[in-house]
Amino acid sequence: MEIGKKKVLVIGVIGADVHAVGNKILYHAFTEAGFDVVNLGVMVSQEEYIAAAIESNADAIVVSSLYGQGELDCRGMREKCDEAGLKGIPLLVGGNIVIGKQTFEDVEKRFKEMGFDRAFPPNTPPETTIEALRELLGMDGEGA
Amino acid sequence: MRPVLLIDFGSTYTKLTAVDLDGEALLGTAAAYTTVQTDISDGLREGLARLEERTGKLDYLQTFACSSAAGGLRMIASGLVPELTSEAAKLASLGAGAKIVGLYSFELTEDDLEDIQTAKPDIFLLVGGTDGGNQECILHNARMLASLPPAFPIVVAGNRVAARECQRILAGHEVHVCPNVMPKFGVLQIEPTQSKIREIFLNRIVQAKGLSQVTDLLSGILMPTPSAVLQAMELLAKGCEGELGIGDLVAVDVGGATTDVYSMADGMPEQMNTVYKGLPEPFSKRTVEGDIGMRYSIRGIVEAAGLPRVSQLSGLSQDRVEALVDMLRANTDRLPDGDGELENLDYALASLAVETAVARHAGTMEETYTLMGQTFVQSGKNLTNVRQIVVTGGSLIHAERVAEIARHALYSTAQPASLRPKEADIWVDRTYILAAMGLLAAHEPQTALRIMKKELEKHGYQK
Repeated sequence: MEIGKKKVLVIGVIGADVHAVGNKILYHAFTEAGFDVVNLGVMVSQEEYIAAAIESNADAIVVSSLYGQGELDCRGMREKCDEAGLKGIPLLVGGNIVIGKQTFEDVEKRFKEMGFDRAFPPNTPPETTIEALRELLGMDGEGA
Repeated sequence: MRPVLLIDFGSTYTKLTAVDLDGEALLGTAAAYTTVQTDISDGLREGLARLEERTGKLDYLQTFACSSAAGGLRMIASGLVPELTSEAAKLASLGAGAKIVGLYSFELTEDDLEDIQTAKPDIFLLVGGTDGGNQECILHNARMLASLPPAFPIVVAGNRVAARECQRILAGHEVHVCPNVMPKFGVLQIEPTQSKIREIFLNRIVQAKGLSQVTDLLSGILMPTPSAVLQAMELLAKGCEGELGIGDLVAVDVGGATTDVYSMADGMPEQMNTVYKGLPEPFSKRTVEGDIGMRYSIRGIVEAAGLPRVSQLSGLSQDRVEALVDMLRANTDRLPDGDGELENLDYALASLAVETAVARHAGTMEETYTLMGQTFVQSGKNLTNVRQIVVTGGSLIHAERVAEIARHALYSTAQPASLRPKEADIWVDRTYILAAMGLLAAHEPQTALRIMKKELEKHGYQK
């Protein structure tokens, strides 16, 4: 890896979800924080994240879901990444990823079992995600 | 009078077109068999003699030519992900007028190398990875290609970080480095690669295709024929200084072996509630359907459209259609020549060739319901608002019901997701001059455009 090369993130809103605003905010926040961001926009399928991550040699995939169907949409994504040669790529998810009365601890546990490295509850500020990305990508102390 | 000669060395016929720059008019056209196996100038001389019978002796100021003889410009391309850089490589090659004889994704294998060697492409296009993205794939593929004896030029247009390394790996091969066809995710940058492909065609392939004997006769530019047609269509759509174009258009060229479709339109989503998916496509886009053609690929039409539809459109029984299709497949130079049955069959085949090829070229719209309500997902170009359709190709320009055939390029309720023009004017290239006008377009765009507007036969508005 070249010194000073920006880390590449692939982001987008998964499934039949058209919430575009949060996606734009994340795009700007991540770019501002020094990441190179490939933004797939809304209604992104698992395959699209993976194809974009392969071509751009991405360092992590950040999945947003705001309509409560995130668990269904994210199922099997880790396995598909493995299959496509993206073994071990950090997967992060956040938004309103599930609906119904459940504690976030349970939700987080289920997403971790599905192979996600991090799951974030509603109203997570972008800074929290950026911090988690820096930790996952071993960027401690770097300016980016 | 300022006469100019335009030549199209086709795979079967050498077609000649004489125009007068002063009168902005077509002086005459003629054709003779292409004689690429022996000496290509024999066929040219024969054609010139025929042309002279029609136009009288002319002292040509300039001569330009395009060629699809000896298999045309045959290319193989390799990229990384099929829907991304491989697709970009395909769009780049087709838009440069090439015929794609192989398209690979991910790492090339030893089996692939054998196929590549057997296919003997004229040019190999090596891409993969966005700038700063994946390098492994393109480097692996460069190493694989390096193991082959140098036999064809290789254009490297992938991840710029890996370009120099590819060049080093391929030392001993003819290598041309171009900017990445997909520098960023979802961004196409294919023009530099296309002009490089045309340049290689001009400098190198012309000789290999037995065309060098005639280069002395030419004043310059020699390009692949589809590339000339593409330029003619771009001029016809956009216009030039002093002459308006006819606006966004779709053009269909139904040949004996393949059907080419050109679209000149942006085709991006028009509604706020539409989400675009996939690579954005270029304003001037060309696709080639290798399995759709009136004779050599006649089976492909029947397979794509289904026997019942061929039977229904031709008014012939399915058994009769089968028998005639077999006969035509074996006798590829057979024309209807007044035979009512064959005329009806050709009408059905041409209609279905147009329908299938344009449907594959055009984008699609899918309707989905989300929690936010109805949403549309578009992939590929939206051509529903294109209002001009141009048709060419031997089987169409001689056909009786050509406007009805061309209507099959239009939107149909049977395929509501296919984004084809809703209604359009039909223009027929009766004098078969599109390639010639594309050649002229480079030097005399205004004249080329005026001649096209004069010569293309307008067949009224179709819905």
